[in-house]
Amino acid sequence: MHTLTETAFEMRDGRVTLDRRPILRGIDLTVSPGEVVAVMGANGSGKSTLVRALLGLTPLSGGQTLMYGTPPARFRDWWRIGYVPQRLSVGGGVPATVGEVVTSGRIARQSRLRRTSAADRAAVASALEAVRLSDRAHDPVQALSGGQQQRVLIARALAGEPDTYVMDEPTAGVDAATQQLLADTLARLVAGGKTIVLVAHELGPLEPLITRGVVVREGLVAHDGPPPRPEGDCARPGHEHVHPHAAEATAGPLRGWQGEA
Amino acid sequence: MIELLDRQFFQLALLAALLVGLCAPAVGTFIVQRRLALLGDGIGHVALTGVALGFLTGTAPVLTAVLVAVAGAVAIELVRARGRTSGDVALALMFYGGIAGGVLLMGIAPGGSNSKLNSYLFGAIASVTEQDIWIIGALAVAVLAVVAIFGRELFVLCQDEEMARASGLPVRFLSLLIAVTAALTVVIAMRVVGLLLVSALMVIPVATSQQLTRGFRTTMLLAMLFGVIAAVGGLLASTASTRVPPGASIVLLALAGFVLALGVGKFVRRGRSQESTVTEPSTRAEEVV
Repeated sequence: MHTLTETAFEMRDGRVTLDRRPILRGIDLTVSPGEVVAVMGANGSGKSTLVRALLGLTPLSGGQTLMYGTPPARFRDWWRIGYVPQRLSVGGGVPATVGEVVTSGRIARQSRLRRTSAADRAAVASALEAVRLSDRAHDPVQALSGGQQQRVLIARALAGEPDTYVMDEPTAGVDAATQQLLADTLARLVAGGKTIVLVAHELGPLEPLITRGVVVREGLVAHDGPPPRPEGDCARPGHEHVHPHAAEATAGPLRGWQGEA
Repeated sequence: MIELLDRQFFQLALLAALLVGLCAPAVGTFIVQRRLALLGDGIGHVALTGVALGFLTGTAPVLTAVLVAVAGAVAIELVRARGRTSGDVALALMFYGGIAGGVLLMGIAPGGSNSKLNSYLFGAIASVTEQDIWIIGALAVAVLAVVAIFGRELFVLCQDEEMARASGLPVRFLSLLIAVTAALTVVIAMRVVGLLLVSALMVIPVATSQQLTRGFRTTMLLAMLFGVIAAVGGLLASTASTRVPPGASIVLLALAGFVLALGVGKFVRRGRSQESTVTEPSTRAEEVV
């Protein structure tokens, strides 16, 4: 179904400098259709900056990055991308309902003068259904708990029916039930051939879905391949450089990425 | 009162109040959502220089005010978008410059006087001319058209700018559009409530409305209703005595509405949180706080 030009993201020697501090120091990363990539790393490793740079939200100071073969500044097919930020921004206190926020996920598919269509409404309804928030559609998002707000963000991306999802720590600070709900939702997307790039400290119930792990350390890719597993991983030759600190290494490789909220 | 309604100037004043009551809260909803509640004040200060330029050059002050207010709004937006800490001070400097420039130019303008200055600072709805109404009407149509056509995109922008970017929206264009629309609104409201109180009609009805509503669209529509009630009601109230300036009575009426809504809103929210305890016990604690 997909050809090579369908490559979702292609970054070559990607560099980002913020306030004269190098955050990304030359990243090569290609994400092919259907991949489920977990970007991992310690706090300050640059993993969030990496996914933001892939989307053009943080400009590169060197190298280049392509979205479906086009630099972000000239990219037009934004409906193909569904972005799930780390947390919900609720604006300056003006209430917005769950339905309104989820509907805004359709914006890249809507033309300026056309009213909300039946297709828009159907996509929003099924997105709300997927995260089990249909009964909260008319409640203000400000009244929801953190985990529920995370589900609203995921529903917003689902509503846009994109080809590729980019999620910045979708599992951070949410309870086990929400993590499981997210895993089930992602499993359906993966079965539908969608591409997923997600930043995670902790894979939890997502682990079986991940096809590739990219570990970022000090602005460089330290590991790119099968997702690191807590056990046999340490035994693999040439892997010890992933461990950020000796103290964390004793707790197992995934420990280093946990608990740094 | 009946006799008053017959008089042409009063009909013009009522029409102006109605348009201001509709436009200011519509734009204000986006501006409050974007955490720029004081943007209207800033533009109002800068617009005073525009008014004075009109007197100095013999042009209609409303037209020069539009030009200078739009230029000021664009400058404010550009400073804001750079997001530097010094932006705050740069904005303050612009506001002082706007007022000082306006007072200075007004002083040297041939037709300028302190009472003219006051009529722009605090509004002089009784002196609204037919020409003013045509300009105000055209600006009001432009403002409401922007809200109708770009409302969906502006909602995303003001709610979450990064999301707007990741949806491919023209963020810079939309940011300038909202600033320019706010500038037009300031000029519309200038004759009715005055440049120093313009922002009140953009912010208070929205603050009132959000005490009672759950969604963005309903907040905006209710704010427009409150805006019209305050503007028209305040104008009618000011006819009780020639010594009551309409600008002040309009804003005080809006504030009274806000205090009332604050009380009603507490009541509404309490009912709402009890309702949600049935399904979601965990959210209740947050709502009570």
